[in-house]
Amino acid sequence: MRKAEIVTAIILGILSLCIMWKSGEAPAWDPTVARFDNIGLIDGEGPGSGFWPFWLSFIMFICCIWIGINWYRRTSPPSQSDAPFLDSSGKHMLLFVGGGLIGFLLVIYVLGFYGAIPLFLIYYMRFLGNHTWKLTGMISVGMPVFCFFFFDIAMRIVLPKGYLEPLFIPLYEIFL
Amino acid sequence: MDVLISLLDGIMVALEPINLGLAILGVVVGLFVGAMPGLGSVNGVAILLPFTFVIQSFTGGATSPMIFLAAIYYGAMYGGAISSITLGIPGASTAVSTTFDGRPMALAGKAHIALVAAALASFIGGTISNIMFTGFAPLLASVALSFGDPEVFALMLMAFATFIGLGGDDIPKTIFSICIGLVLATVGFDIVSGEPRLIFFDITGFTHGIRFLVLAIGVYGIGEMLWTINTNRHGSSMTQVDVSARSIIEAIKEFRHAKRGTLIGSFLGFFVGILPAAGATPGALMAYGVAKLTSKDQASFGKGNINGIAAPEAANNSASTGAMLPMMTLGIPGSPTTAVLLAGMVIWGLQPGPLLFTNQPDFVWPLIGSFYISNVIAVLVNLAFIPVFLWMLRMPFTILAPMIFVLSLVGTFAAYLDMFDVSLMVLVGFAAFFLRILDYPVAPAVLAIVLGPIAEPKLRQSLLFSDGDFTIFLTRPIAGPITVVALILIFLPLIKFIKNKMTTKKET
Repeated sequence: MRKAEIVTAIILGILSLCIMWKSGEAPAWDPTVARFDNIGLIDGEGPGSGFWPFWLSFIMFICCIWIGINWYRRTSPPSQSDAPFLDSSGKHMLLFVGGGLIGFLLVIYVLGFYGAIPLFLIYYMRFLGNHTWKLTGMISVGMPVFCFFFFDIAMRIVLPKGYLEPLFIPLYEIFL
Repeated sequence: MDVLISLLDGIMVALEPINLGLAILGVVVGLFVGAMPGLGSVNGVAILLPFTFVIQSFTGGATSPMIFLAAIYYGAMYGGAISSITLGIPGASTAVSTTFDGRPMALAGKAHIALVAAALASFIGGTISNIMFTGFAPLLASVALSFGDPEVFALMLMAFATFIGLGGDDIPKTIFSICIGLVLATVGFDIVSGEPRLIFFDITGFTHGIRFLVLAIGVYGIGEMLWTINTNRHGSSMTQVDVSARSIIEAIKEFRHAKRGTLIGSFLGFFVGILPAAGATPGALMAYGVAKLTSKDQASFGKGNINGIAAPEAANNSASTGAMLPMMTLGIPGSPTTAVLLAGMVIWGLQPGPLLFTNQPDFVWPLIGSFYISNVIAVLVNLAFIPVFLWMLRMPFTILAPMIFVLSLVGTFAAYLDMFDVSLMVLVGFAAFFLRILDYPVAPAVLAIVLGPIAEPKLRQSLLFSDGDFTIFLTRPIAGPITVVALILIFLPLIKFIKNKMTTKKET
């Protein structure tokens, strides 16, 4: 936990500096404006467009230094902890649940929501949850059917269908 | 008198079949969400917010969707006690203190008394806070009408300062959380100059800004769920509850011993709920503490004292109504759940703040009326369906979690029709999970994301008006005292630190 605390503070500190740099960006259409011209008060206009994000990210950077000092002095609970950031069960959870979630997201791009939802539910309920095929099947089929009638048919919110799009044309002809 | 007439009109609108139906549905959903360990009102409201667009498209206004979400909020406050008592696991953080006495009572075979006491105390807490809300809200709104840009910004500063001074979390992490929320709210085009800001890697998806729901669902739908799965690995056994009519009547009779705790919780909860950064969880904990401190039988607390259930349950319900007060009258949410509700109001085209009472009475009064209706529905549904909720609590997390993940992804897409937002939401969820492990508080960031788009223009307009002079926040009669209080709150941890150092020095 202690190592994770300082590594996270460094990453967030770098992120804060990047946001400070990005906040000072001048608009592309006005070559007369230099970087960081917009982070202060402009005569007759008040604060520039970069004022608010720049100074907020500056405070974020200071906070990261403060977190680093607390880490060095071992005053925050994570900096005192010898426990791992994620124990073996936590890593297992992240790998299978988090990995499954990312897989679900990626499959949506290929098979759309209606192909990805059953696959994700079968993966989670059958393989991670060890539920029966009957229960898994019922929920894995019921959920996309509910979503289809609720979103596509009732709400006319067309969810992405990826390569499965042609399969839905007859359904649209029946229900729409 | 005007208030009473408006309230009666509001209650009549809230009793219209569609609104009544939505209130019942919302309460049932809320009870379930509140009862499930790991889920709270904020998760329910955030995940279901996209679905309220459906309600709005059918009803045409913002009143019915808001009644639905407010009913979820109410129901969740009731539901938290069910798992606290029967499982010993708080359904939500607001019900943590209910576990202290609720679980020992359940283990002693008095689960039915504990559940009924929690329901009745919640009802009384909700009713008292509703009456106070009805009395205070129009008054506060009329005062707030005189607020200009510096006053509104000073109020927002105070909201953030409360998190720093009274939040109880790690201070640099709290400040970081507030600032990152405010920064993320600036992504997109600057509304004053029209210049693009923080368009990372020139990804076009950032040009429309990072939408609130993407962050709220990411944090509460994905991040919190991952965190819950990671922390609640071990199962727990459920206590058997006698839910016969005779046992319920016996439990109602027993409730007479919980009067003191209920009254303490009802009044304390409301005022704690009003404070930004406080909300229902500290309200319930404080009510438990005060009930114990003022009791003649302090030793029985923690071993199954009925006042130890009544006080936090009355307080968390009362605080949830209290948190609505600054949200509706000042446009400043008092808790993460009210932050989501406020964002919903903005999405539905309303402008939360003092003008809401003047310009949108057709929205405000039916909503307040629905608080009363939802409170009655919640206590009836809670008492009548205790066996159903106990059955639902047995639903394994390996069924609930994937369904919530699916709803989170589908809901985000349905709200904005953009797969970039769905991907960003998942990314935010993972970031929130990792930061949560390291004690970075996420609630201030959510509040900041909502308040950021309001706070920045107020600051810029104030500075434009004062020609760049920051003392405008100190010299105006209303903004000045608010800013001073905010500054005291910001420096409160430093003052405490110096005081502690001096005391230690003196002692050595």
